[in-house]
Amino acid sequence: MTLEEKVIAVIIEQLDVTREECSIEASFIDDLGADSLDLVELIMEMEEIFNVQIADNELEKIRTIGNVLDYLKSKGVVWNE
Amino acid sequence: MKRRVVITGLGAATPLGNSISETWEGICRGKSGIAGITKFDCTLFETRIAGELKGFDPTRYVNRKEVRRLDDFIIYALAASEMALADAGLTIGAAEAERTGVIIGSAIGGLATMEKEKEAISLGGPRKMSPFAIPSVLANLAAGHVSIRSGAKGPINCSVTACASGTCSIGDAGRIIAGGHADCMIAGGADAAVTPMCVAGFNAMRAISKRNDEPEKASRPFDRDRDGFVIGEGSGVVILESLPHAMERGARIYGEIAGYGNTSDAFHMAAPPDGHEGAARCMQAAIGDAGMTAAGIDYINAHGTATQMNDAFETEAIKTVFGQHARTLAVSSTKSMTGHLLGAAGAVEAIFCLKAIGEGVLPPTINLDYPDPDCDLDYVPHRARKRAIRTAMSNTFGFGGVNAVLIFKKFEE
Repeated sequence: MTLEEKVIAVIIEQLDVTREECSIEASFIDDLGADSLDLVELIMEMEEIFNVQIADNELEKIRTIGNVLDYLKSKGVVWNE
Repeated sequence: MKRRVVITGLGAATPLGNSISETWEGICRGKSGIAGITKFDCTLFETRIAGELKGFDPTRYVNRKEVRRLDDFIIYALAASEMALADAGLTIGAAEAERTGVIIGSAIGGLATMEKEKEAISLGGPRKMSPFAIPSVLANLAAGHVSIRSGAKGPINCSVTACASGTCSIGDAGRIIAGGHADCMIAGGADAAVTPMCVAGFNAMRAISKRNDEPEKASRPFDRDRDGFVIGEGSGVVILESLPHAMERGARIYGEIAGYGNTSDAFHMAAPPDGHEGAARCMQAAIGDAGMTAAGIDYINAHGTATQMNDAFETEAIKTVFGQHARTLAVSSTKSMTGHLLGAAGAVEAIFCLKAIGEGVLPPTINLDYPDPDCDLDYVPHRARKRAIRTAMSNTFGFGGVNAVLIFKKFEE
């Protein structure tokens, strides 16, 4: 499983959405039905799985699945499972 | 001038079944809903039995995301509300929304969530706290979610009066309609407190049964060998309407709220005063509110928890209020079958009163094998009894010295 596949798997589980809905451009709030609390929970889950800490001011920039991937890559996160 | 208030919809999820029909069938057959605890590892606990829901599928009522983010007591409340609204055939359109309200009580709220999140903090630090923790713990969030789901925009509240919560919800909802502040109310109670803290806490108070090897015999109200109540979980919700509102839409009417009483012992946080005078005054208040005399009550669904103190004191209070009539009226404790649903107890027991009136069946008190000499009324032992009744009283008493009593009567134009 690549990093992208893992991130999407987590999103499917957390937000109760389908794989088809999870395009790279998909916005959590506008396209995936998340509210601000869902987003906080999702980020907590990402922090746990990828062993990173996302600061609150960076949180604001995370709007889409692509944003999460870019962020994790910028922190040097790699995933192979 | 008080407006008349009738009940037009019923919904419940109880240890006897996940619907009204299943639950009522269990009551009529004198079935016990008590079994070993499955919700957590209870190996080290003194009490290892409870009345849990069985085979309840939350995804019938909420999506997978909500199953994770909502405490069970909220999901149980949503389930009972959906059943009650469907049973009443009531849809809340724009015209009714602001005249429809919600009161769902809970004794303990999201205790399971609180325990889980405290563990997350202890193990992983404060950043491990879920953003859904607080809105899952707050007791009024059952009412909140029922309002969101149903679209009811009128009065909203949550009775947190321990084991009287469900009764206070229905009583207060009735008064809101009677006073003209709403036309319909979704009212009841929900609790899901089969948790380590709740079981250990009631054990510490010596309040719950430890008859672990015979779960079905553990809840034995008015019996000599009773050794405390059995914690139950679940929900009960009724739809209340002003009589004209119900008539106008041709609703089926289960019964009418005749009277409601609510008093305080002003005595002790957990024990009743001698003779349970607070409970006696509460029954009298409800009878007075109904404009009836004590002789007009045909059946009492007792608080009947099966603690040593409650059953003897409640019996004494009934004798004080009813005098000679206490010898002729029927009294039973459905907690012998459901266990004690805490904040939901008053709501499901109100439903049993309405079913008793509607079906002409008195629920039994099961496990009453060796009647306590101090408990010498007609408790409808072992088997349900066919008897046409016109009125039924539901007693509930809670920690903090709360007493709440509702009287229902057969509907007659």
